[in-house]
Amino acid sequence: MFRNKKNLFNLGLLVIFIWLLITSYSSSKRKPENIGELFNDYSWLTDWPKWLDLPLMPWINKAFKSLNENYGFIFEAINNVLLAMLMGLKNFLVQAPWPLVIIGVVILAYFASGKKIKTTVAVGFCTFFIGFLHPRFWDKAIETTSIMLISIFLCLVIGVPIGIWMSRTNKVREKILPILDLMQTIPAFVYLIPGIMLFGLGAVPAIIATFIYAVPPLVRLTDLGIRLVDSEVTEAADAFGASKKQKLWGVQIPLALPNIMQGINQCTMMALSMVVIASMIGTRGLGDEVLLGLQQLNVGRAAEAGIAIVLLAIVLDRITQSYGETLQERNSPIKKAKK
Amino acid sequence: MTKIEINNIYKIFGNDPVSVMDMVKNGSTKDEVLEQTGHTVGLDNVSLNIEEGETFVCMGLSGSGKSTLIRHINRLIDPTAGEILIDGENIIKCNPEELLNWRRNHISMVFQRFGLFPHKTVMQNVGYGLEMQGKSEEERDNIAMEKVDAVGLNGFENQFPNQLSGGMQQRVGLARALATNSDIMLMDEAFSALDPLIRSDMQKQLIDLQSELKKTIVFITHDLDESLRLGDHIGILNAGKLVQVGTPVDIIMNPADDYVKAFVKDVNRAKVIKAKIIMTNANETNGIDKSNLVKVNEDQFIEEFLPQIVCTNANCEVVDKNGNTKGYITNKELQSSLTKS
Repeated sequence: MFRNKKNLFNLGLLVIFIWLLITSYSSSKRKPENIGELFNDYSWLTDWPKWLDLPLMPWINKAFKSLNENYGFIFEAINNVLLAMLMGLKNFLVQAPWPLVIIGVVILAYFASGKKIKTTVAVGFCTFFIGFLHPRFWDKAIETTSIMLISIFLCLVIGVPIGIWMSRTNKVREKILPILDLMQTIPAFVYLIPGIMLFGLGAVPAIIATFIYAVPPLVRLTDLGIRLVDSEVTEAADAFGASKKQKLWGVQIPLALPNIMQGINQCTMMALSMVVIASMIGTRGLGDEVLLGLQQLNVGRAAEAGIAIVLLAIVLDRITQSYGETLQERNSPIKKAKK
Repeated sequence: MTKIEINNIYKIFGNDPVSVMDMVKNGSTKDEVLEQTGHTVGLDNVSLNIEEGETFVCMGLSGSGKSTLIRHINRLIDPTAGEILIDGENIIKCNPEELLNWRRNHISMVFQRFGLFPHKTVMQNVGYGLEMQGKSEEERDNIAMEKVDAVGLNGFENQFPNQLSGGMQQRVGLARALATNSDIMLMDEAFSALDPLIRSDMQKQLIDLQSELKKTIVFITHDLDESLRLGDHIGILNAGKLVQVGTPVDIIMNPADDYVKAFVKDVNRAKVIKAKIIMTNANETNGIDKSNLVKVNEDQFIEEFLPQIVCTNANCEVVDKNGNTKGYITNKELQSSLTKS
């Protein structure tokens, strides 16, 4: 009867569907007293009947409650680690004299851009203007950046290996792609709430939400980057007897690096936009300046904070982007015309 | 001595290759298999022997399976059925570790689009095989430098591949393959992406290198002139089947079927056929007019002595390098050997 696994699988789905209908009906408080009534009075066919209601909400709430009660210590541990990292980074940057921080950013931009003076100067001025707009912004920008950097760090540590894993097996890729789609399409607010439930208000749920929001492009571009490495080049590595590990670290990752850097750049930009949204759950930073401006209908204040965020975005974008470009130039097979 | 022995190799591409093996073995054609099962037949019962130290050229149009065949020899592709013996050992049965070792030490490869590592310098590219062998950096650089010299690229060792022209890039590819000191070298349409002048240059360089190194070379090409110039033996593939194996002269003089005939139709025979191939032996030459003879070395190509004959209308006396008479060629024989079949 079941010629292949697919038929069996579909039958299973049907059974689950029927089971859902029955449990919904029997757990509903608004069901008719006698099931026979349904066949005497057909009025339930005109409007959606109240008893045809999947009790997903109580299920999820229950699951979260038990998760919190039974495995709370895990979340607390994660909370403590992330918070310690965040505080360490933030306090270091806040306590450092601001000119030193600007010089640090400029030096970073100089080397990341392959010693391009134009980019370096632009980045320096943007950094200066963040504090120049409003002295209070300096510390807030640092706070925002710290949350972002920790999130991006998580993205790198978790996202890049997943991307590599995806690029190696089509089966893994097929399974992870829909999860990534899900992460990108669910509105960010939806996973802010479970974040608060598990980690409480503050910076840590913001870090987790930012991670969920920002990691998909990094995973995708890592996977794509490795898959796009010229097949003849990987074949050459194989032909000379490179082991899988040697091929990955010696050939595939270096050649996928421009794409991975693009992923990091995308990840950074998305993280920044998420950090602003996260101010809604009480995360301090540039985002809550915008929020305050909106609440007080103070256009000037909101605009000032908005500009500061844009400047921060430019600084981060230039640094990550130009590093990717420097790599790209070297790896591209097309000769660049000499000036 | 036979170096590489390929026995009854089948390669079928698709979801379930083993399921269509019976069909292929029962003689269904490539098109039938594709239409009925959606599987592509890459190689269909290919068997051949490659001698140690020879250059074996594998020829065919695109899609004939020649690139697939060469990738079986270092197992970049695994066959659906069949065995490949190298020095008497079946490499299809190697475990992954043995395979890595085998690729590192015994076999190297040159690729059509060069397959160079764009993030490594010329030196690092050439030294890649040595790096895989686990040699120290100093040793690597010494050998790499030597090979860079051998292919005439000194002065470019610190450039990146994208800074070099196509011909130079392929020299890097060649140097990389030579550096591992492997006994077998696979060349997959190695010169096909180069323009004609550079290609001819590279062919000459390969012939020169080969006369010293005496490696076993398996060379893939779709260019008959190239295969005639380089090959000690030529194998011709059509739709995954081996149609003919033989020396260049064999292929030209006795093409096995219409496919091979079509291939050799436009060959300049005078360029390929040597005097000793078409001569009549000295002891069977009654009735040849020996009054007017032109002396010809047995290893000369027809092209080289043809102008002399045309001017003098004489017959040829074929001699070996010590001057002993080996045989004679009459005008008629010359004419028939140059006529296209």
